[in-house]
Amino acid sequence: MALARRIIPCLDIDAGRVVKGVKFVDIRDAGDPVEIARRYDEAGADELTFLDITASHEQRETLVHVVEAVADEVFIPLTVGGGIRAVADVRRMLNAGADKVAINTAAIHEPELVQEAAERFGSQCIVVAVDAKRRGGTDDAPRWEVYTHGGRRPTGLDAVDWAARMAAAGAGELLVTSMDRDGTRIGFDNELNRAISDRAGVPMIASGGVGNLQHLVDGVIDGHADAVLAASIFHFGEYRIDQAKDFMAAAGIEVRR
Amino acid sequence: MTIAVIDYGMGNLRSVQRALEHAGGRDVRVTDDPGVIRAAERVVFPGQGAVRDCMSALHQGALVDVIAEVVDTRPFLGICMGMQALMTRSEENQGTAALDHFAGTVRHFAALTAGDVAKKIPHMGWNRVEQTRDHPLWRGIEDGERFYFVHSYYVAPSDAAIVTGQSHYGGPFAAAIGRGNVFATQFHPEKSQQPGLRLLRNFIAWDGAACS
Repeated sequence: MALARRIIPCLDIDAGRVVKGVKFVDIRDAGDPVEIARRYDEAGADELTFLDITASHEQRETLVHVVEAVADEVFIPLTVGGGIRAVADVRRMLNAGADKVAINTAAIHEPELVQEAAERFGSQCIVVAVDAKRRGGTDDAPRWEVYTHGGRRPTGLDAVDWAARMAAAGAGELLVTSMDRDGTRIGFDNELNRAISDRAGVPMIASGGVGNLQHLVDGVIDGHADAVLAASIFHFGEYRIDQAKDFMAAAGIEVRR
Repeated sequence: MTIAVIDYGMGNLRSVQRALEHAGGRDVRVTDDPGVIRAAERVVFPGQGAVRDCMSALHQGALVDVIAEVVDTRPFLGICMGMQALMTRSEENQGTAALDHFAGTVRHFAALTAGDVAKKIPHMGWNRVEQTRDHPLWRGIEDGERFYFVHSYYVAPSDAAIVTGQSHYGGPFAAAIGRGNVFATQFHPEKSQQPGLRLLRNFIAWDGAACS
């Protein structure tokens, strides 16, 4: 097994700045995206993900410029998500320098978009983001429901079925965020991750809940994640990327160093 | 020195251009103009997506002839789809004829990973590349260095001697091939940080002659 598991710092972008919300509500400013991207590139991050949490159209323009500026200086893969609604949005982000786009809400309202974008640009650049929340059900196997709008709107869709359907439609990768864990720092929902990873057949990025380095290891070993995404543990300097990789390597996980 | 990056409407050309500039390329032009490509001293043929779309875009843009011309006459670097398109044919899209510069087929990864559900397709991420042959483009790059890959198909050349680099995913596959003035990589040097930039720097400095 020579393919390395990836560590992906996630930069939430609002109005051209990096922020990180706790459960998408309590937002703290963590700085300039170009500077942070350059720092992560030097520190050995395997990829970077930018999630645009901006509401307004004008600020979306700002994101295009952020992506351009980062792509000029950083030579690792960049994924951009948030507000991708049409094939034209995919094209604009790819032209700005993104390597992949993450589609979330639009995939639910218009599932053909994923297929259309994958056919046009290739599966390798289409990531479907699945925000999932655990549903009640005490007696039987756990289930998760897909949510949109930053975890505010339920869709009635089963997250594992949905992820498999999106992979079949052409998504080349899945970004799975546990809405129950996001911002809690108690670790990924690895039952959710494993269910999706084992079923979908395409690479899966685990997201939501990382509070320490053991959580990254658990994501790979228990959650079968091909990549692990984290924000605050890296943004605020608690851990460095190389520390995270050393820790994962010590647990027997292949990483790029 | 002009480097033409062939634009046929597919792939993240801006990344390729900026990485070449970062690696020291002075006059890097993203172009679909056969005249500009023909006049360039070096040519980069990048690409992502599906081979059928790639081939039809090349035919529509009247780029097939100019590629056939420059691929024989100056340092030429194919990247990802740009490597696959140089082969005889691809299994993708129910079989597609490609440029046939190198004899061989482009196969789906399932042929290598069959039965192993942990081997996701696409093969995506940083994998090691063993340098199976000495080549000027490997200069200064450690044998076994990691490069960034993202692809569902791999190249199976008829002549194993053209393989310059090999990776493993389910089984061994060609990560890089080369013959004469042509070098092609399945990985993305423009996304492979320092080792990738070094390979691009080597390409910019390369006179098109391979090591003996």
